Amino acid sequence: MQIYRAHVLVCGGTGCVASSSEKLMSEFDTHLNNNNLASEVKIVKTGCFGLCARGPVVVVYPEGCMYTMVNVEDVKEIVEEHLLKGRIVTRLLETGQNSEGIETSLDGVEFFKKQLRIALRNCGVINPELIEEYIAFDGYKALAKVLTEMTPGEVVDTIKKSGLRGRGGGGFPSGLKWEFTAKAQDDQKYVCCNADEGDPGAFMDRSVLEGDPHSVIEAMAIAGYAVGANQGYIYIRAEYPIAVKRLNIAIEQAKQYGLLGNNIFGTNFSFDLEIRLGAGAFVCGEETALMTSIEGKRGEPRPRPPFPAIKGLWNKPTLLNNVETYANIPPIINKGAEWFASIGTEKSKGTKVFAVGGNINNTGLVEVPMGTTLREVVYEIGGGIPNGKTFKAAQTGGPSGGCIPASHLDVPIDYDSLIQLGSMMGSGGLIVMDEDTCMVDIAKFFLEFTVDESCGKCPPCRIGTKRMLEILERITDGKGTEGDITKLEILAKNIKAAALCGLGQTAPNPILSTLHYFKDEYLAHVNDRKCPAGVCKSMMQYVISAEKCKSCGLCVKACPVGCISGEKKVPYVIDNDKCVKCGACMEKCPFKAIFKNA
Amino acid sequence: MKSITELEELRKKALEKMGVRANTDGYRIVVGMATCGIAAGARPVMNSFMEELQKREIKNASVTMTGCVGVCRLEPIVEVIDPSGNKTTYVKMTSEKAVRIVAEHIVNGRVCLDYTIGYEDKK
Repeated sequence: MQIYRAHVLVCGGTGCVASSSEKLMSEFDTHLNNNNLASEVKIVKTGCFGLCARGPVVVVYPEGCMYTMVNVEDVKEIVEEHLLKGRIVTRLLETGQNSEGIETSLDGVEFFKKQLRIALRNCGVINPELIEEYIAFDGYKALAKVLTEMTPGEVVDTIKKSGLRGRGGGGFPSGLKWEFTAKAQDDQKYVCCNADEGDPGAFMDRSVLEGDPHSVIEAMAIAGYAVGANQGYIYIRAEYPIAVKRLNIAIEQAKQYGLLGNNIFGTNFSFDLEIRLGAGAFVCGEETALMTSIEGKRGEPRPRPPFPAIKGLWNKPTLLNNVETYANIPPIINKGAEWFASIGTEKSKGTKVFAVGGNINNTGLVEVPMGTTLREVVYEIGGGIPNGKTFKAAQTGGPSGGCIPASHLDVPIDYDSLIQLGSMMGSGGLIVMDEDTCMVDIAKFFLEFTVDESCGKCPPCRIGTKRMLEILERITDGKGTEGDITKLEILAKNIKAAALCGLGQTAPNPILSTLHYFKDEYLAHVNDRKCPAGVCKSMMQYVISAEKCKSCGLCVKACPVGCISGEKKVPYVIDNDKCVKCGACMEKCPFKAIFKNA
Repeated sequence: MKSITELEELRKKALEKMGVRANTDGYRIVVGMATCGIAAGARPVMNSFMEELQKREIKNASVTMTGCVGVCRLEPIVEVIDPSGNKTTYVKMTSEKAVRIVAEHIVNGRVCLDYTIGYEDKK
């Protein structure tokens, strides 16, 4: 095979052939022969370059220059200048740049301007499967600093001073937790990571583990040093296969580099880490249930106290933090407690990651300083509500949280403000709802989740939530009575007071907060048998407007149960006894003649 | 790992490799491969980049993956970092778009504006 010093790729795609790339090829042939280059330069006909608008396209290798809109007359110049003398014909080069004022990088987009990324600092930046990339971005520097320059007491003090609070939901001061575990006296202690993310709509922890697993590993080693533990466990749900895989790779690499194992950084400190898979039961995210599950037993909670810091895993002192909490630790050590404490509000320091979803334009992962208002998150970062609809409420804290109505859009998001509004920070799911959302239906949705996921150990949660769900089902079916709302309130308050663990105690929250802010909707369901948002099927009908209907018959074709009838030039009608309320007719109608009658 | 010096040396070497510093040449193509990205089809996109680079025997570009960038609605997201450190964020990527980005951006240094995040946002 002959070796050529240069390749001339001429696009042979349809677009370029249409704009005479065939002629170009023969022209190249002629000029290469004229200059005695035929044995040095090879002409290759290629497939489409994808730049059809600027064809014909010619690419010359090894330089890789792309010439666009090449005319037959230009070929002589390319051959004589570029191929013979090695001078690139800049005139034809495709280098047009950002002339339209379009932001080409994510960094310049509105979405990022209000964000501050601490826990997510490496997510979307480094390759999570290469420890070297983590190290390149100051990875394991904090661990080195802690082991060689600080006493365990100083580490605990730093975390305390930073004001970091647990990002798993409760918001307990992390430094205090570390201090309790450090002070507990025992021959064996453990460090645990709660990666059992179960809230509907939440995916912060998964994203951190998938994008930056080493930050959690490093933080757990730091925690081990601070509290005096040499063994750590990461409890993660098996439904997160990518996160599990990357964690395994990360642990393996950390071991290879001696960042886990014996005598880390040449000190006396040894620390090892193992993964424990959970089967994805919501209750296993509760700290005592999580530890019971790690011990190999059925994941059920137990009464506290004693707290895990005193008696945790196998009755030994155990420190348990959430993924996001850990991800904040290395930056705090590297940049100092004062730096972290300067971000956020008086009582909520640092940033919080939110998984923003629902009726919002920019669904995704957002990290903002504490104290950012809900309005900023929804409108400036989230890009507002789609289809010109209005904001109705935001649900935070998952099944343990509640709804924040539009009147409180300017609430600064921090632990205490949200609790005051009857919601909570939780792990950070933020579901935005627009005017078409029925709040009773939302409460029912979260109750269905809790009933499914209740572990059943204590009666208030096992029986109480089921009774509440039955009442909600009655109300949304249009069979509610006046007394139902009162009953709901009494049940909710009693379950809150009597349930064994945090999940049962917070299970009534979605009901209580919707009752507080949207009682009129409950009343409309019960008294008027109407669902104002037009969601609850039993109370809603599809109606065809006689004026708008053009008798085209498309709705008849779309209807799966054949309940629409009509003739030419006569408006169609829906037989509401047969209608299954699927809405297919409304979607298909080109004249918007079909609407919901709530 | 025995000492901080060792970690520091490793860090410097890794930084150079990643082309974060201006003195290295070559493009870095970073594909978002978290659950959101993979679900939206990031894997075939990454494969197309690799195939295309191989096909064209381009040596000065590397393909690597990363976690969730945050804008899950625009996945698959690919960031192209040029030798001088400028970052371009391409969104809603497909294999076809990958082919064009290699030809236009990697080979000729011309940003495919119509695939960028800013263009998508203006739509």
